Amino acid sequence: MISPNTPIPNAAALKAWRAELVETRKRTRGRVLVCATGCRALGALDVSKAFRDKLASAGLSQEIDVVETGCHGLCARAPLVLIEPQDFLYGPVAPADVDEIIEVTLRGGKPVTRLCGKADGQTTAVLREEPFYRAQKRDVYRLCGRVDPKRIEDAVAYGTYETLAKVLTSRTPEQVISEVTASGLRGRGGAGFPTGRKWALCRDVAGDRKYVICNADEGDPGAFMDRALLEGVPHQILEGMLMAGYAIGATNGVVYVRAEYPIAVEHAKIAVEQARAHGLLGRNILGSKFSFEIDIRMGAGAFICGEETALIASLEGRRGMPRPRPPFPAQRGLLGCPTTINNVETLANVPLILRDGAAAFSAVGTAGSKGTKVFALAGKVRNTGLVEVPLGATLRQIVFDIGGGIPGDRPFKAAQMGGPSGGCVPAQYLDLPIDYDSVKQLGAIMGSGGLVVMDSSTCMVDIARFFTDFVHKESCGKCVPCRVGTKQMLDILVRITKGEGRMEDLEKIVSLGEMIRASSLCGLGQTAANPSLSTVRHFRDEYEAHIRDHRCPAGVCRALLKYTILADACTGCHACAKKCPVAAIVGKAKKPHEIIQAKCIKCGACREACKFDAVRLE
Amino acid sequence: MDWAPAQRILQQMSPVGESDLIPLLQNLQDTYGYLPAEVLTEVSRQTGIPTSRMYGVITFYAQFSMKPRGRHTIRCCRGTACHVRGGQSVADAVGRVLGIADGETTQDGRFTFETVACLGTCFLAPVMMVDNDYFGLLRPEKVNSILDAYP
Repeated sequence: MISPNTPIPNAAALKAWRAELVETRKRTRGRVLVCATGCRALGALDVSKAFRDKLASAGLSQEIDVVETGCHGLCARAPLVLIEPQDFLYGPVAPADVDEIIEVTLRGGKPVTRLCGKADGQTTAVLREEPFYRAQKRDVYRLCGRVDPKRIEDAVAYGTYETLAKVLTSRTPEQVISEVTASGLRGRGGAGFPTGRKWALCRDVAGDRKYVICNADEGDPGAFMDRALLEGVPHQILEGMLMAGYAIGATNGVVYVRAEYPIAVEHAKIAVEQARAHGLLGRNILGSKFSFEIDIRMGAGAFICGEETALIASLEGRRGMPRPRPPFPAQRGLLGCPTTINNVETLANVPLILRDGAAAFSAVGTAGSKGTKVFALAGKVRNTGLVEVPLGATLRQIVFDIGGGIPGDRPFKAAQMGGPSGGCVPAQYLDLPIDYDSVKQLGAIMGSGGLVVMDSSTCMVDIARFFTDFVHKESCGKCVPCRVGTKQMLDILVRITKGEGRMEDLEKIVSLGEMIRASSLCGLGQTAANPSLSTVRHFRDEYEAHIRDHRCPAGVCRALLKYTILADACTGCHACAKKCPVAAIVGKAKKPHEIIQAKCIKCGACREACKFDAVRLE
Repeated sequence: MDWAPAQRILQQMSPVGESDLIPLLQNLQDTYGYLPAEVLTEVSRQTGIPTSRMYGVITFYAQFSMKPRGRHTIRCCRGTACHVRGGQSVADAVGRVLGIADGETTQDGRFTFETVACLGTCFLAPVMMVDNDYFGLLRPEKVNSILDAYP
């Protein structure tokens, strides 16, 4: 038996340990897998505690394991609980449901139907029968939600580090690079640069000291896939980093993770400590000549640090400002040393490629984009959560088949893809296969995979204003086109949302946007105008309605709204006045009420509170 | 100003070079709650990292503050998913209830109010955090009762 602090001497010992762990697992007849990461926000830790306590008092602790796992994906039904071996998926689960689950499922073997999903009037108890999972291909996420991220034993039992052992004993670094190149893997963080080529560039540069950086500074609003990976399967990320390090000849790695993700930071730190204690980090890993160390560093709240040269500046203790390339980080990176920077999801793919081979990996996807992609599905969609699909899946499959469509069955208007660097893809492209190249042609980018669904109640001018405000605030200020150009763009958009726009503003947005794109230093500036340009391109009529008719068709832009109470319909019930946060509604009981326009902040609380449709929105 | 905690941090991180500046500032802020100018001056004297360099870094990153912070930190998410689900009215409500703007601290030192780019919990949108507790699926009128629980 491998004790907690014994380095694993070689590949054979790792294999023996795995066999032992798998055997140990067989002593229990079932497992209760509670998502304790994303679902924690909704009380998942109380649920897992209730399971532990109640299983103990029922005398079932020896038979049933309770495991606190990473994300199961279907966040809309949080807190989620998955029961093995049946694979029943329950959610939302409260501590009060635990007795029934123990009785019906863990003793009786049957599903608790009221906690299961419903599709087309049918109950779907088993995870793979859920429409949410049916159309997915969960390769990168296969272990997320199945293993305890704080236990290296769980990772090893599922085969993590076994491919590393194979690589270290039977592959040269050049073979690793050619395998990754042949797989067609492209960077999952945004730009889609071929990973194998990036590694080859870095390998070819001479240097005693090289670095691998895992970019976990997931800053795109609306993206949370890297957070889930680091929280749920940290050892898979470390395995990917080790392989990258072996391939390029690096001795050191750094995980650069957002401080806003405390659970990801904690799990990454634990994983590094455990890997070190087991000799999977440190000198002569698994008895080979390969030595590698990993540090965890936290970001300090700057979106620009997702850009690779800014990230390096931040790691060097400076303001996170990008610099011109070349030299590329592969030539001169962290502390002047050759450096490879890969995104979390990219690194999570690497062990899969080296396990199953390039051919198996590239069998999935489209001509120019191989493998799967994880999308963070959010906004106006029923099944918010994390979705992994083959590249080339359509928006319709993601939003409707998997996402379950839009609440209230309102019409789909657009999907915002790629965060502040991306754009809005309108409804006529619902059936377009999504890959790096197709999305780019529409003026968006796949980016890290944030996918925010928008319906008729989302104003596209407001969305452009929102993202421009974001990039303006996050611009590091180094180059003029980005610093000043985004400010000018924001002024124009604010003016339009206030009903003070001019028709020539539309041409100004386009020419200014193209200038910012052509002349900015880094990716943030070069893509800063995408949200404005793509909305002008695809939703020109909405801009025109704001400018010409002083009207916001979606009813979002507050300066253009006016709430009034219809005297005929008002019963004087006072419900609206009670909800009004600024006491702008006056009126005697049972008499029609009135809104004092000068006080009204146009929050819409009165309209939602009214049971008689007496509040009109103009 | 109690100098002992900073001394401990410097010892633990020794040797401190310029590339350790951000973790150093993070540790100092964790301990003092903010970055007091007197402490930075002394740290600069001991490490040789110029205070101008520190000031440049502190003002660049949103996480750092040279002013004392409130006992509790409210972080309202202004990410995309929260925005399309009404996050702005929640942030407005917090500002109204406390009578302060984004980035400010209440007179009584009870709350510091910030908005952040994205908390990565888009499925709970609109969402805010008070210290380490998440509150999701918010409405502006819920803000008052949530804040009441943090004296």
